[in-house]
Amino acid sequence: MTKLKPWLPLIGIGVFAVLLLVVAPAVLSMHWINNLGKYCCWAIVAVGIGLAWGRGGMLVLGQGVFFGLGAYTMAMHLTLETAGPGSLPVFMILYDPSAPLPAFWEPFRSDAFTLVAIVLLPVIVASILGYALFKRRVKGAYFAILTQALAVALAVLISSTIRETGGDTGLSDFKYFFGFVLDDDANKIMVFMIAAALLIVCLLVVWQLGRSRFGELLIATRDAEERVRFLGYDPANIKLVAFVVAAVMASIAGAMFVPIVGIITPAEIGASASILMIAGVALGGRASLFGPALGAMAIGWGQSSLGSSWPSGWIYILGLVFILVTLFLPMGLSSLSGRAKSLVWRSRTAATAPAAASAPVLEEVKK
Amino acid sequence: MTTTGSLVVTDLRVEFDGFVAVGGVSFDAHPGEVRFLIGPNGAGKTTCIDAITGLSKGSGSVKLGDQELLGTSVNKIVRLGVGRTFQTASVFEQLSVLQNLDIAAGLHRSSLSLLRARRGIEPAIESALEETGLSTERETPAGILSHGQKQWLEIGMMLVQEPRALLLDEPVAGMSQDERTATGELLQRIAQRRIVLVVEHDMDFMRRYASRVTVLHQGKVLSEGAVAQVQADPKVQEVYLGTAGAATTAAMLAVPDGATATTDSITQGEGA
Repeated sequence: MTKLKPWLPLIGIGVFAVLLLVVAPAVLSMHWINNLGKYCCWAIVAVGIGLAWGRGGMLVLGQGVFFGLGAYTMAMHLTLETAGPGSLPVFMILYDPSAPLPAFWEPFRSDAFTLVAIVLLPVIVASILGYALFKRRVKGAYFAILTQALAVALAVLISSTIRETGGDTGLSDFKYFFGFVLDDDANKIMVFMIAAALLIVCLLVVWQLGRSRFGELLIATRDAEERVRFLGYDPANIKLVAFVVAAVMASIAGAMFVPIVGIITPAEIGASASILMIAGVALGGRASLFGPALGAMAIGWGQSSLGSSWPSGWIYILGLVFILVTLFLPMGLSSLSGRAKSLVWRSRTAATAPAAASAPVLEEVKK
Repeated sequence: MTTTGSLVVTDLRVEFDGFVAVGGVSFDAHPGEVRFLIGPNGAGKTTCIDAITGLSKGSGSVKLGDQELLGTSVNKIVRLGVGRTFQTASVFEQLSVLQNLDIAAGLHRSSLSLLRARRGIEPAIESALEETGLSTERETPAGILSHGQKQWLEIGMMLVQEPRALLLDEPVAGMSQDERTATGELLQRIAQRRIVLVVEHDMDFMRRYASRVTVLHQGKVLSEGAVAQVQADPKVQEVYLGTAGAATTAAMLAVPDGATATTDSITQGEGA
């Protein structure tokens, strides 16, 4: 058992992979496969947040920024692919048929450029942002507010540039995905499989980072940043790595969200969307491996089942669950098993303790 | 003996918004001695350590061998070979003793090797475990160690970094008598090859293990020399009488029986 223990998470990831990649496509209807794909995207963001917030202590309230970077990169590419070579996207023609394609759109015609940009853009943005913030030792609430403000800023920027980005209506009506017709069940399953496989990969990455020396260092930085400095490390660099990895995961999630859901709007990346991404992580357990992913999937499921059948009630239920979890399970639902273990342990020791404690009482009675 | 070079502090000044915490302090510490920095509360002892390790900004000069430390960032000073502990033991409570030591030992590892999991125990860590007597506690989370063990773990975390100078801020505060003895002997062993500078309140501990002492008062050096020499200094006696009350003074002035003879001879020699 002790020999097996370090590998249990890996077995868990394996089981999760079988469920997502083999069982789910076999038993679920197309509607639910599509929904599950969407949850996988949120779960990928959540896995990154689990790393940055749960293990690194950085409350990233604005992952919508990186989600948006990936999503709009992919959406621009798919829009151009749908429009065909040399032609303008439909929404641009509606505004001004004679206007040329904005210069920053042009590179996104290329498949390779798009794929590279999905990974590299968040690396660049998160590196610059993270370097500036962590070297200046911005942390805690200030860091959280700043990231949140950036998510709002990006959403507002996109809303206000209708001609270039589609504005509040967003980008939608994608017909092709790298040459595959999106309106085809087999291709939809393929896109879902890619998202699910990426989720598994992200879980593996976080698992390896967690068991590595870097993972230990990250937790040490979270708990005592100044102390880490006195061990000869620069905590800014450690946090930066976790922040960038989380950003890349959010970007990949955004990129997969677009072909699965078929639309991206500023509402999906703004403040409330970013907070919902955090909510799933908090619910599941931010410092655990599976907690963030499962929590995000649960929130996603709640939103599409309860949220659509009883929209006014859903938000209250979400709020209530959130309050209950933060009050009674601050480390999320994944801490339940640990709690249960310590309860069992306590009741066992308690069973022997009263025997010792009751002895003097008996003697007193005798007297 | 002086292969690693000495720690030389010259005219160190530290100010906080106009308040002079340390005003022109000079002292040195050599490998092979257990050097003590004492003084009443607010004398600037910890501030001195903070300035040497880059936590507070200071002016003047702090040299380790030929290397100037002032103006260098905290983590770089550590890499130059200066380790320190804090008044309150600050170990990573969530991590095990072994993980704590492993993190501390890692400052010279390459960034890429950080991505791999830890395999086996490095010799430096093993010997630090032995040295600090924590061999049996290696898997224990640092948070549930006793107070004394946490301080030893801190010292162990410095040792695995192979520093040239170790600065300890009140290492025996809150320790039992046995733990103090163990700590003192540990420091003497460490000091054989390294510079050891200890900030302390505990006079008895200072008397038993100090080889040289510098007394600070209100940010200035009041007296310096061997233990007995410093104890006999009327200025030191006045400071401890005047500011720290009778209890400290009594402790300061009470010379253990064994040490009386040597004390007297030195005092006479100096007093002339």
